[in-house]
Amino acid sequence: MPNSQQLINIRSGLGLGILILASAAWGIDPMPPFDDPSLESSYQELINEVRCLVCQNQTIADSNAPLASDLRREIHQMIGNGASRPEIVEFLVARYGDFVLYRPPFHSKTWLLWGAPIILLTLGFLVFARILKSRMGQPLSEDEIAL
Amino acid sequence: MMWRYLIPISVFLVLSAFFVKGLSLNPRYVPSPLLGKPAPEFELPRLKDPNLSLGSVDLEGQVTLLNVWATWCVGCRQEHGFLVELSQENNVPIYGLNWKDDRNTALDWLSTLGDPYIGSAFDELGEVAIDWGVYGAPETFLLASDGTVLYKHIAPLTRDIWTSEFLPRIISECGSIPCPIANN
Repeated sequence: MPNSQQLINIRSGLGLGILILASAAWGIDPMPPFDDPSLESSYQELINEVRCLVCQNQTIADSNAPLASDLRREIHQMIGNGASRPEIVEFLVARYGDFVLYRPPFHSKTWLLWGAPIILLTLGFLVFARILKSRMGQPLSEDEIAL
Repeated sequence: MMWRYLIPISVFLVLSAFFVKGLSLNPRYVPSPLLGKPAPEFELPRLKDPNLSLGSVDLEGQVTLLNVWATWCVGCRQEHGFLVELSQENNVPIYGLNWKDDRNTALDWLSTLGDPYIGSAFDELGEVAIDWGVYGAPETFLLASDGTVLYKHIAPLTRDIWTSEFLPRIISECGSIPCPIANN
């Protein structure tokens, strides 16, 4: 049973922990949430898929670069004005190119990017099948017979 | 059984070729989708006189540079001396887009370091910069007299880059330096 002093320590520790966790939220200046939850979710979805070109491995939702905050404001405004997702994506790509999207569209320049996993997987299966085949004809070794 | 060794070696060589190429690429350079397209229209208050505007109308009819700058941008300070030199050569009119800056600080900067710009547009909120796909100042756009974006340089402008990238494009656009003023 912890005594009262220990309880206070535990409580202040918890409080401090919560404060430290909350500080992560201070990095990003949030836009006021939409009243309509479907607008809010499409806003959140979009800002989590748009790359911040200043800090390239972050989305604009994660980044506190001034440009990211400008783009959040712009997207927020567009959604508020009733722009659809494809319209906003087109707006961004026209200005910053496909690189701004974490999920780039499939076209002549990105087919290898999208196709590479399938190509490599097929290649892997082919090699695997070949190795299996070449081993099938071999007689069992003494160890394997012992099993 | 030579092929057994050839396969891993060739895979290794192909991978190495990709890596070596990758090392010489600059990941911060993102090609602008605006190249060869009409420059985005804009109209903003002027930095020096907020009552006057500066916009696409002012740039049309001549080959121009639009330089995106800010006082918080280290690279802008680095290139500023060259911009001042360039403006004294009177080859190409230089316009500025002052990006997300403080007006007084920006005015101070120009009076201390020299003002190479015919005029600077004051984009406090960065809205015009978004239209132009600006992501890292300094950026310098080369614009044709009909407003087409001929070239975009992202990084401090230097004499070398000016000679190798800008001059040939200006010459092929107007046939001579300085560009003859178009008669509209």
